[in-house]
Amino acid sequence: MTEVVMHAEDVHKSFGRLEVLKGVSLEVTKGETVCIIGPSGSGKTTFLRCVNHLEKIDSGRIEVNGQLIGYRERSGKLVEDSERSIARQRTQIGMVFQRFNLFPHKTALENVTEGPILVLDMPKEHAVDKAKVLLGRVGLADKLDSYPGKLSGGQQQRVAIARALAMEPALILFDEATSALDPEAIGDVLFVMEELAHEGMTMIIVTHEMGFAREAADRVVMMDDGLIIEEGTPEHFFVEPEHARTKLFLSKIL
Amino acid sequence: MNALVAIDWHVIWLRIFHPNGVFARALWATVWVAVFAQAVGVLLGLLAALARMSRFAPLRWASAVYAWIFRGTPVLVQIFYVYFAFNWPTLHLGFWTITDAAIAGTVALSINEGAYMREIIRAGIDAVDKGQMEAAKSVGMTYGQAMRRIILPQAARVIVPPLGNEFNNMMKTTSLLFTIGLYETFADAEQNYSRFFIADYFLAAAFWYLVLTTVWTIVQIRIERRLAVSERGDELSIWERLQTAWNPVTAWARGGGR
Repeated sequence: MTEVVMHAEDVHKSFGRLEVLKGVSLEVTKGETVCIIGPSGSGKTTFLRCVNHLEKIDSGRIEVNGQLIGYRERSGKLVEDSERSIARQRTQIGMVFQRFNLFPHKTALENVTEGPILVLDMPKEHAVDKAKVLLGRVGLADKLDSYPGKLSGGQQQRVAIARALAMEPALILFDEATSALDPEAIGDVLFVMEELAHEGMTMIIVTHEMGFAREAADRVVMMDDGLIIEEGTPEHFFVEPEHARTKLFLSKIL
Repeated sequence: MNALVAIDWHVIWLRIFHPNGVFARALWATVWVAVFAQAVGVLLGLLAALARMSRFAPLRWASAVYAWIFRGTPVLVQIFYVYFAFNWPTLHLGFWTITDAAIAGTVALSINEGAYMREIIRAGIDAVDKGQMEAAKSVGMTYGQAMRRIILPQAARVIVPPLGNEFNNMMKTTSLLFTIGLYETFADAEQNYSRFFIADYFLAAAFWYLVLTTVWTIVQIRIERRLAVSERGDELSIWERLQTAWNPVTAWARGGGR
């Protein structure tokens, strides 16, 4: 029996007149690593941002752990939820950004402890101990007191992953987490992500790293022009894609 | 003609090294009115800056109208209106009496300052990368938590240099309050001048204003240095900072000035 962590149903989203998501449905089960690939402008990042309500959806619904995200059902209609309860929903959903977005005025350790202490009311000593373990796991045990400005891109991104993990989320979203990194740093970050995948963390990963998708993903999803056009296991996906658009995309990128 | 050129060093000497009780109170009035008006101005500016970004349109309009009016009219007119349009009380707190002019003047300067601080704080908040709010929200912070813990501390680094200039201006602008009868540093000089016709009282007053603004410059440098924690390692000495602070070009480049 598989437990559904993320359930998206017919999600639509427009920016002004431009319809970016044209009815995206996706289900992610516990422990699954799903990689979303596709050309730029296909709506991958927008979809990811909808999952933790950084973008409002126009119609459809998104649930995480059975809980509707960003909206409340009132007599059959969806109305936007209160800020406080959206914030609470987000504690379930970690996010790792392309540009890291670490808090520059806080040390690596403080970046990781900030959420647990402020949002989860975790006692400080407990949060610090935990943050040290997490930073150790991403290979930064010796950088606890460094400010982000003194860390390399790869190190910053690993702090960002630890920051997301510290909240013990049910799901982590990776938005092109390696696109702003140099090749060596990419390897370090992908290594951490791959470990998480093996440990059973539920992850949705928007990526251009086909090698990673092939190695670490349980399922690969191809998006084009605001729609999911094909999905399947990496074996199926990279060996015998069905859709012509997928074939074309893969032939260009591989 | 002679009186215009010759400086009466005796008067200046007395004013600088032997300030009497009346003068000390006048100087104190300058300091507390400036500090108070600036503090309230920052608070008003923060509220107005947040209102400007509100999702609630009437708040945005109120904020815009506030800035429009108080930046668009002379502060002296505002001071007069506030003083004469309302009945301000005079407070007696033990040996410290706060006159109605002091209260009205502080109120007027606060409101005026808030309109300028609104712009400065807004620019500071805008200068913080958008990704910071998103990252803060992603760890479950509410808008208020993100503002307090993540956005404003970063904005502060951008806000403090022009804020320092504002306070510097404020200490000098308090001299306008002599027009509604507040006995502050300039009023004291003016009073002595009309009694003795010795212009050097103004020079002495200028000296004291210079002392105040200089002390503030040093304090400001320390504050800025503390805020620059994330840049550790490339700190300037206080002397180097003073040199930049006093250099009009670099001071301008660091933002501020009307």
